[in-house]
Amino acid sequence: MSDLWTMVWKEWKDFLWSGGRSDLFRPLLNIAIMGIILPLTFKLRWIDLDSNAILIILYIPFMFVINLIGDAIAGERERHTLETLLASRISDRAILLGKVLVTVGYNWGMTVFCLLLGAAVVNLSSGQGQWVFYAPINLLLVVLALSLLTTLLAASGGVLISLKSATVRQAAQTMLLALILLGVAIYGVARLLPASVTASLSTSQLVLIILLVLLVLDAILLGIALASFRRSRLILN
Amino acid sequence: MSEPIIHTEHLSRSFGAVKAVDDLSLEVSPGIVFGFLGPNGAGKTTTIHLLLGLLEPTQGKARVMGFDTRSQADEIRTKSGALLEFSGLYERMSAEDNLDLYGRIYHMPGPERKARAKELLTHLDLWDRRKDKVGKWSRGMKQKLAVARALFHHPPLIFLDEPTAGFDPVAAATLHADLASLVSREGVTVFLNTHNLTEAEKLCAQVGIIRNGKLITIGNPDDLRSRKGGLKVEIIGQGFNEKTLRLLQARPEVERAEIQNNHLLIELRDESKTGPLVTLIVQSGGEVEEIHRTGTSLEDLFLTLIKEENK
Repeated sequence: MSDLWTMVWKEWKDFLWSGGRSDLFRPLLNIAIMGIILPLTFKLRWIDLDSNAILIILYIPFMFVINLIGDAIAGERERHTLETLLASRISDRAILLGKVLVTVGYNWGMTVFCLLLGAAVVNLSSGQGQWVFYAPINLLLVVLALSLLTTLLAASGGVLISLKSATVRQAAQTMLLALILLGVAIYGVARLLPASVTASLSTSQLVLIILLVLLVLDAILLGIALASFRRSRLILN
Repeated sequence: MSEPIIHTEHLSRSFGAVKAVDDLSLEVSPGIVFGFLGPNGAGKTTTIHLLLGLLEPTQGKARVMGFDTRSQADEIRTKSGALLEFSGLYERMSAEDNLDLYGRIYHMPGPERKARAKELLTHLDLWDRRKDKVGKWSRGMKQKLAVARALFHHPPLIFLDEPTAGFDPVAAATLHADLASLVSREGVTVFLNTHNLTEAEKLCAQVGIIRNGKLITIGNPDDLRSRKGGLKVEIIGQGFNEKTLRLLQARPEVERAEIQNNHLLIELRDESKTGPLVTLIVQSGGEVEEIHRTGTSLEDLFLTLIKEENK
């Protein structure tokens, strides 16, 4: 466990907060888009969590994860720091899980913070005298759970792509392509499903199925990532 | 006699049809700097990867500090330090944080990490720059920090892969001095990959020469030089000409003779006396002002062995 925290500490220091002003760019951009601009655009529909707002809330962290995880693995190889890390006593598993944990934790934490900030922004800009919060609250919890699972999906998939990529740029381009293909696949599945199937399911059943599918996909991708992240393979790359 | 800290038996590693390391058998005694010499692509880096258990051998076996590289690689990596081909420093982190990271990896308690960082950075004259991001440092400073990182957790054995590659002579000399003082102070065994023969000559108590994955020779530099025998004589003067060279080359004790910038360079086959040769030079019309006798350098030995291998 202490190895995992060592990696979390290292990832935090290395590419999230090494103390320079430039480190502020990424979080501030994230906060500006998700916490201010989008809530100001959607107004009360943001608080009501309409379907477009939900899609955006799930999609934007996905984009940020792609950027981070590519840098965490392909970037480390590009900067020639991975080999030294592999020559140390730290386990392959701790290295990989540390990277995934920081990426997922950072992005999910940022999503939660931006949702809270967004609520304040909507109240301040479009409020009608009385403070309102996301409603129904169950929907907010579902959105947060979906956000966590999609972030983990992006991070695990990103690890696999990053392992096969020579550079950060190549990793980011491949991940973007994978994201588009995933979107098309989801759209295709939704279209192909017979209307009777969706009609027979209640909203909560549908949400549960989506959550379960995501959970299974996360487990599969993370499992493959753990199996692929091996010293003997990485050193040959 | 103490147990060797590194012991390999017929160690081999192939990448497809290419044999990067071929039937390598060697022993390294503890407490010394072992120089592994060879030209680029000779198999030096692959050997370090094999000894650290980062790569599996295709044949043969190796034990490092008593641990098998196939089944006990984690123990080897726990008890050793490494500075590989690249410094491997995190350039967006400070020098202090780079050392702290490796202290955490090796489970050193916080106060010990702080004290050790201060000790090593002070010794290397880097303490005042400890808060700087490493990316702003010169290559020499980074490499010194990387050496400190390899030694940080008091390992009994460290692997250094071409630590001065691409350095200017001043930076290389500084790093040699720092390395020598750190190694003697810490009492650590060093497996030093290098193609820098001056570095090997200055630092190593034992050297192995590798070419195309095969170990050509191994031993103490003095023994190796004497094994090859020979002596170099440099004669400074005037009037040296083709006739002088012909006369010298006809002598049985002379291996080679040449004129460079009015200096007559003679390589002898053994520890022969130079008096008769000087007489010969004077008789052929040459004027002798100074005579310098030197033994075979490691560089001469290295080049001779590599040439012999090429034949």
